Amino acid sequence: MEPNASAPRSLWQWAVQTARLCCGVPDYDVYVKHLREHHPERPVPSYGEFFRERQEARYRGTGGRCC
Amino acid sequence: MQSAIPKPSPAGKILWAAIAIVGAWCLGVVALRRGEPINAIWLVTASIAVFLIGYRFYSRMIATRVLQLDPSRATPSVLRNDGLDYVPTDRWVVFGHHFAAIAGAGPLVGPVLAAQMGYLPGTLWILVGVVFAGAVQDFMILGLSLRRDGRSLGHMLREELGEVPGVIAMVGVLVLMMIVLAVLALVVVKALTHSPWGTFTVAATIPIALLMGVYLRFVRPGRILEVSIIGLILLLASIWYGKTVNDTPTLAALFDFDAKALAWLLIGYGFFASVLPVWLLLAPRDYLSTFLKIGTIALLALAIFLAAPTLQMPAVTKFIDGTGPVFAGNLFPFLFITIACGAVSGWHSIIASGTTPKLLANEGEARLVGYGGMLMEAFVAIMALIAAASLHPGVYFAMNSPGALVGTTAEQAAQTISSWGFLVTPAELTDTARNIGESTILGRAGGAPTLAVGMAQLLHGIMPGEGMMALWYHYAILFEALFILTTVDAGTRVGRFMIQELAGMAWAPLKQTESWVGNIVATVICVGLWGYFLYQGAVDPLGGINTLWPLFGIANQMLAAIALMLATVVTVKLKRQRYVLVPAVPAAWLVICTLTAGWQKIFDAKISFTAAAQKYADAMASGKLLAPAKSMDEMQRIITNNRVDMALTALFMLLVLTMLFFSLRSIVRAWRATHPTAHEEPYVALSSVAQ
Repeated sequence: MEPNASAPRSLWQWAVQTARLCCGVPDYDVYVKHLREHHPERPVPSYGEFFRERQEARYRGTGGRCC
Repeated sequence: MQSAIPKPSPAGKILWAAIAIVGAWCLGVVALRRGEPINAIWLVTASIAVFLIGYRFYSRMIATRVLQLDPSRATPSVLRNDGLDYVPTDRWVVFGHHFAAIAGAGPLVGPVLAAQMGYLPGTLWILVGVVFAGAVQDFMILGLSLRRDGRSLGHMLREELGEVPGVIAMVGVLVLMMIVLAVLALVVVKALTHSPWGTFTVAATIPIALLMGVYLRFVRPGRILEVSIIGLILLLASIWYGKTVNDTPTLAALFDFDAKALAWLLIGYGFFASVLPVWLLLAPRDYLSTFLKIGTIALLALAIFLAAPTLQMPAVTKFIDGTGPVFAGNLFPFLFITIACGAVSGWHSIIASGTTPKLLANEGEARLVGYGGMLMEAFVAIMALIAAASLHPGVYFAMNSPGALVGTTAEQAAQTISSWGFLVTPAELTDTARNIGESTILGRAGGAPTLAVGMAQLLHGIMPGEGMMALWYHYAILFEALFILTTVDAGTRVGRFMIQELAGMAWAPLKQTESWVGNIVATVICVGLWGYFLYQGAVDPLGGINTLWPLFGIANQMLAAIALMLATVVTVKLKRQRYVLVPAVPAAWLVICTLTAGWQKIFDAKISFTAAAQKYADAMASGKLLAPAKSMDEMQRIITNNRVDMALTALFMLLVLTMLFFSLRSIVRAWRATHPTAHEEPYVALSSVAQ
């Protein structure tokens, strides 16, 4: 009953997760867990691969930031 | 429906009554004490009390009655969880992310410009505006998107209002974005004109970003924290070395540019930054600027709390009559146009219907993120206002008035400004310039330099030291320039994709974002659009900001009006007419403000673009040259620029009126309908999906 799979457990974790999300990079562990549970047939990317994919996705054009 | 909000206890009631009394007392002091300067802490306390009360009571009413948020309902992040875009995330993490996305240069610049009318009008508009308009917009758009699979503003407009208004609104967003980029880039130009120190540090961010990009890609992939610390240390080193550049004539000459040259450099930079692979330049600068932004906002808050400055600007100045030097026009409607971000910003509706709704794990948390996030931004705006109002008013007006009005030497400026009733000596102006390591403080409109001087003085008051003020000043300039330039390159890229999509409708191959031809053509168009306005600002007789900021304000408030009209339409479509005034009143207010401001910018005898064009056309007809034009060609260019601004203002007004028409049509239809007609996704219980 815990939908909040990525709840940070300490202030430091919270800061790291927020900082990464601000750069468009969601939690890697949560993604790996999601892949293993729902798509076991897909290969699990390394953190480097995951990071690159997210970096490209952030500036693909749908995003935007404020003035 | 279960309620996530507990019933108030007697102790709670006493607490809220106390907050209300403290807030009312502080607000009374801020508003009513005349003749003697007050301390900024009164203003800070009054603001916090207003924010707390607005959050506790008004946002709760919106959550439970208008949006009827339901914590038992599954959100898009839970329903479509893919671990990448849709991820149920802790609410404080989402809050931090949302705030970082909405906070930018806007809330720092607008309030500084508005300080010419005194600190009181700006403060009141920020407080009332955020509680009843800005935060309502952010929260309601987030709420609507949450019920629609996290769809974007444009998509929701097409669904709820119709295909045509949806496309019209998107064209409006593209034009708005071009104006935003031009005006923000102009703020940087104004800050760096003939400032070798500032220009050097900003230029240094390019090699630093390239280094970070390579490191992140090949040396230690994805180690953002590590590389950001390295980048930050290099940045601080560049600020420190900037003094040497400034003091060495041969080096200083390399980084000493006038406004035109800087405009061209920025245009070229914007082109390359958005064409190059993102990992090389754009992304690493984005990371640096995001962290620096949050860090600097925290630093500003700390400085204000520790220094507790006295507000030297009067509560209300004589410039509420519309004769102010920083921007022209009466308090109504121009105060409400000048302070956009911080009170209400249309741009936020794009963020609130972008990534944020795809991250919330529970509908109940939208109140904290949507309404609470905007209150935080309003607090940033209040702090910027305090920093500006704590400056010597003479220094404030010297920095922000166009040279055409106050003259170009310290003596002339001091004389003119003293004649306005803000006594200042030439020595005070030159001393301030020397303290911050600049040759002059005159003609530095745009908010960023004023805020930087304000911040430098506050921080210097806490940590005194020889030459420290110049370091603080250049730190503040660097951080503002850095995140403005990040907005410029990311915005150019987004604009490029939007143009490619539009052009793709005419000729399909242009749509391919991977193709180099489509990429370069669209980027040139995009850079050309904002570059035109930037260059126009750089050669403008009144310094650019005076002319272009109202256009930016009108465009931004226009988008806010559109977002709030959407919220009004949906409220009626859901048959919750009882609460229609919650989004309808701010929507109507913004429509009135944008249309009045637009009207005056076209037809007013003194402040309109039309009048400015006419003035130069008349002079040209009689063969005279008017400053700053040095030739008839330049005269002609000023006339053309003003006519373009006129046409653009008319376009914005037409857009607002069209959207108003379509909204009213939808409202009438929905009002007559006997059942809800909104396009919400069906209810799915959270308990049935959550793992």
